[in-house]
Amino acid sequence: MTRHLTMDEADTRRRLDDMVQGTLGTPFDRPDGPLKVTGTAPYAAEWQSADLCHGVLVRAPVTKGRLKAISDEAVKALPGVLAVVSGEKMLRNPAQGMANEAPVQGSEDIVYFGQPVALVVAETFEQARHGAQALKLEIERDEDFAIDPNAVEPEVPEDKQSSTGDLDTAMRDAAHSIDAVYTTPAHSSASMEPHASIAEWDGDSLTLHGSYQMLKFNRNELADSLGIDPKNVRILSPYVGGGFGSKLGIAPEAIAAALAAKELGRPVSVSMTRQQVFETTMRRSETRQRIRLAAGADGKLTGIGHEALVSSLFDEGFTEPVTQATPFLYRGENRVIGNSVARLNRTCAGSVRAPGEAVGVTAFENAMDELAEKVGIDPVELRRINIPDEVPSQNIRFSSHKLAEALDEGAKAFGWDKRNAKPGAVRDGEWQIGMGMSSAFRVNLLIESEARVTLKADGTAEVETDMTDIGTGTYAVLTQIAAEMLGLPPENVTVRLGDTEYPPASGSGGSFGAASSGTSVFLACEEIRERIADAVGCTETDLTLKDGMAIAGNRSTPLTKVLDGQNFEAKGHVKPGEAQKKVRQATYGAYFAEVAVNSVTGETRVRRMTGAFAAGRILNAKTARSQCIGGMVWGIGMALTEDLVHDPRYGQIVNHDLAEYHVAVNADVPQIDVILLDERDDWANPLQAKGLGELGICGAAAAVTNAIYNATGVRVRDYPATLDKVLAGNT
Amino acid sequence: MQTELKINGDKHVLDLDSRTTLLDVLRHHIGLTGTKKGCDHGQCGACTVIVNGRRINSCLTLACMHDGDEITTIEGLGTPDDLNPLQAAFVAHDGFQCGYCTPGQICSATAMLKEAKAGWPSHVTEDMASTPDLTDAEISERMSGNLCRCSAYPNIVDAIREVARGGKE
Amino acid sequence: MRPFDYQRARTLSDVASAAQQGAAIIAGGTNLLDLMKLEVMTPERLVDITRLDLKAIEETDDGGLRVGALVTNSDLAADMRVRTRWPVLAKALLSGASGQLRNKATTGGNLLQRTRCYYFYDTAMPCNKREPGSGCAAIGGFNRIHAILGASEKCIATHPSDMAVAMLALGAKVEITDRAGNDRTVSLDKFHLLPGDTPEKETVLEPGDLITGVVLPAPVQGRQIYRKVRDRASYAFALVSIAAVVDVKDEKIARADLAFGGLAHKPWRDAALETALVGKPVSEAAFDAAADILLKDAKPQGSNDFKIPLARRVLISVLKEATR
Repeated sequence: MTRHLTMDEADTRRRLDDMVQGTLGTPFDRPDGPLKVTGTAPYAAEWQSADLCHGVLVRAPVTKGRLKAISDEAVKALPGVLAVVSGEKMLRNPAQGMANEAPVQGSEDIVYFGQPVALVVAETFEQARHGAQALKLEIERDEDFAIDPNAVEPEVPEDKQSSTGDLDTAMRDAAHSIDAVYTTPAHSSASMEPHASIAEWDGDSLTLHGSYQMLKFNRNELADSLGIDPKNVRILSPYVGGGFGSKLGIAPEAIAAALAAKELGRPVSVSMTRQQVFETTMRRSETRQRIRLAAGADGKLTGIGHEALVSSLFDEGFTEPVTQATPFLYRGENRVIGNSVARLNRTCAGSVRAPGEAVGVTAFENAMDELAEKVGIDPVELRRINIPDEVPSQNIRFSSHKLAEALDEGAKAFGWDKRNAKPGAVRDGEWQIGMGMSSAFRVNLLIESEARVTLKADGTAEVETDMTDIGTGTYAVLTQIAAEMLGLPPENVTVRLGDTEYPPASGSGGSFGAASSGTSVFLACEEIRERIADAVGCTETDLTLKDGMAIAGNRSTPLTKVLDGQNFEAKGHVKPGEAQKKVRQATYGAYFAEVAVNSVTGETRVRRMTGAFAAGRILNAKTARSQCIGGMVWGIGMALTEDLVHDPRYGQIVNHDLAEYHVAVNADVPQIDVILLDERDDWANPLQAKGLGELGICGAAAAVTNAIYNATGVRVRDYPATLDKVLAGNT
Repeated sequence: MQTELKINGDKHVLDLDSRTTLLDVLRHHIGLTGTKKGCDHGQCGACTVIVNGRRINSCLTLACMHDGDEITTIEGLGTPDDLNPLQAAFVAHDGFQCGYCTPGQICSATAMLKEAKAGWPSHVTEDMASTPDLTDAEISERMSGNLCRCSAYPNIVDAIREVARGGKE
Repeated sequence: MRPFDYQRARTLSDVASAAQQGAAIIAGGTNLLDLMKLEVMTPERLVDITRLDLKAIEETDDGGLRVGALVTNSDLAADMRVRTRWPVLAKALLSGASGQLRNKATTGGNLLQRTRCYYFYDTAMPCNKREPGSGCAAIGGFNRIHAILGASEKCIATHPSDMAVAMLALGAKVEITDRAGNDRTVSLDKFHLLPGDTPEKETVLEPGDLITGVVLPAPVQGRQIYRKVRDRASYAFALVSIAAVVDVKDEKIARADLAFGGLAHKPWRDAALETALVGKPVSEAAFDAAADILLKDAKPQGSNDFKIPLARRVLISVLKEATR
């Protein structure tokens, strides 16, 4: 039996609040933890096969051109080399998230520096690597390329521009206004596990051990790329070493591995080198954002302008949705919101953790800080008085809105009242101390998802879905949902993920994974509860399940007895409906940071940071907190160090390794306080839970840069706030 | 290249391409895939193993240079059913998310605690001549050779602090 | 990585004979293997010297310290003699790389580290150091980490070591054995070369030369400071670093041994600036004048312009701290 739900209306039953097992929401340890801390959880490149050979991708060493020929005789003669694969099926770049079809293919047309154009396969990794390095490519260079987003005429897509009221007049009439340009550089997901695939054919059937986030889409993308039936493709990704968007779509190594494995009749393993991860997987576009704010004397906004320029590769549908959240952030009836895109010969732009808000809210929250100073009110107060009652100019109400609580709770926990509003007023020896804050906003989504739950005759349960756990805690939260609904100790629930043989899930992306896949598990469990209720002779709502006992009225029956040797199996299936249009669903939060800026060197250290977040029901207090910490640390990285640099002449990524692309290290990160507010969002899904994987980064960097301003009086509007930029303003 | 390695107490005699790194021997030749490849250039720490008692990046050393050496990998520290105290603390404190950097973090922390016990100073030690206490700042600095993109750093520090102080806090 | 023959040396003469056949020397390997994987370096033979007896740290008769070439960065930083008498060296060592890398990296190898220039590391880019005559992509490119002092039109790379900067301030000498077995000693300030027209030649070492150790002279009177400025709190190369041994007598500067990292193709020492400081009363004016001397020929490259004011500020700050 499958229980279906189309989310058209609020579900005010709040069924999970009626459950008594007491596991949901607790800081339950990840069930996958013991495997991960012992190195026994197998990641993509770790599947053992006796006959395995290794492939290494070959990059195009030019910005643009035509691959005329590959002189592979010498390489094929090298010891151990088995094949050189190239051609029309090779992927130019990974598929965008949820593309569900092949991305642009073919190794002949080179449109960015580092594009993978061939694969060298050999018996050993060492042989393949050298073969890849030795491969001679005959390339006709094309010097007519575009690499500077400010030097080309951008596309201005009509559906990405909106205007209401009269912003120019509002700006003119404003008691206080801001008109400033902020820039953010390109970023890399830089997940710790490089993209990797092992492809193995059995006749016409392909099995791919890959590192992917969204398997039902990836299966179709892989099949389409190869020109085969998706039914003949199985993808396994039970453990994924980080994704952050970079593993949403099928990537070049998977197709190359599949092509080589077919040609050789052997399983082929292809892992990207770290440099290739930087060059050939998705980057977050750099952005240029003009932000205008018009406010009355009291600080109430009358107008908002947010116009962004981003870049992407040619023929790509995705563009960084910088202004995605802008329509509902704050009050102000006069608005101009727009996104433009420059088409460039640079590494493909795609989703990196919280596309849109990560950079869009960040810059906007810098502008709000500037406005607060002009108005002369506390930055927290400025946000509070500008919280709209409904989505401005759209007559759409909010499903729930906890920004005010987040601001208050965060400010209290952080000790915001101790902040000296005067910039540069607090010193600690050589260090200038400052505090800054910002709001967090992220849209909330529900994506179609399906799961199967089996309550087995022995009283244990199994959950199966092709959902992935990319570090997000899926194993933990699905265990908890099933345990809570079925009244089982969580150790009696086994969750199996990451296999396209299981029912197709939402996949991990856009913070929708836990709520979407969790809802499908919830629905399947509801179905099973109905069957148990039938068996014990009560209604489902009168049924209490706890510790393996079915309790109805004053009768308590062991589930094993109820099951009487049978398995109760059910599927749950959810898809989005009208609810996403009827109300604005979003998550909210507030960040507070204290920084120390060295008055000699301009180096910034974040001394402490607090985040308060509202994301509906919290499914696991431990993994939720970790997600928020992760996002905030990305915020620290974005604020201070992360900068994917493109060469000004050739457009290649200059700092394509982890020595020179600076993600935060342990010493960059202080202890971080996370406050998770109690909330139920009935419009989101029957769990009343919303996404949390990205909320932690959606403005976090602004709290840090606003704190730098408070510490020094230096506004860095060009991210990251490296020491040179701080020094330049702080002489 | 004939090379003998003692890995987690077991002797392995291998005939290797001289180019093979210790990391690739573990992952490709011995099937010990707990040790991870994150960058292959000593820039992330995911490949950290303990050789003759010291933590090193196994990606930046040739296996043939370790003839006769004693190597401890994550598999040698504990099993899912029998976690060692650091491994258990990483689970309890959620000192990881995706888990890919985790074996390296734990091997690194294991050897780091010994370094601290031996009185080694660090970059953040004020007085080079002192034997520093293992403060949070000391733990963070000493663990900065292990990147965690999920950014579990505060939880990693919590886990290590707990073990350094001899048990649950 | 190209295939190579591997040989383990048991004696210095093994090294010499391998060198005759063009072998490259490998010890810690943390930089050599890094570069070999990218085929930036492509030796056909490697001679492994890690089993040689060059791991001792011994006091010399005149109160100095002889550090064997194979002493790891970790062991040297943990040595209590270094920590108490040459703390600037311990500090510098500990500010470099990571705990794991310091456990492998050796004293000799650290001196021979090659530049971290992005374009040197990318074989698709021209680089006079990697491929003499091909050009310098860093000039006109992204050059945040590049040199402002002593660079040439052929190369603007910097030397990445922290250890060598401290050793330079301490007046260290490098002990070398050549392939004929003859020993010689080179003062560290003569050991590294400026790029000039031959950026591929980075030190005075000749083929077959082996660094056997580094000798630190007896510690001198004065405060020792190592200050490193970088793009993150740890595990990053220096943008600017300064090693200082500064002594004050009667409110006058009696000694100012200063070495700089992150500014040039080699650890940088400027006799004129030290001369200008010594004998001067402790004053901002003296520090300013010293910074003027250091930076008078500084040539920025675009993305590293900030190094000029940064070096000035850090120098003045270090001098203030040292004379406080």
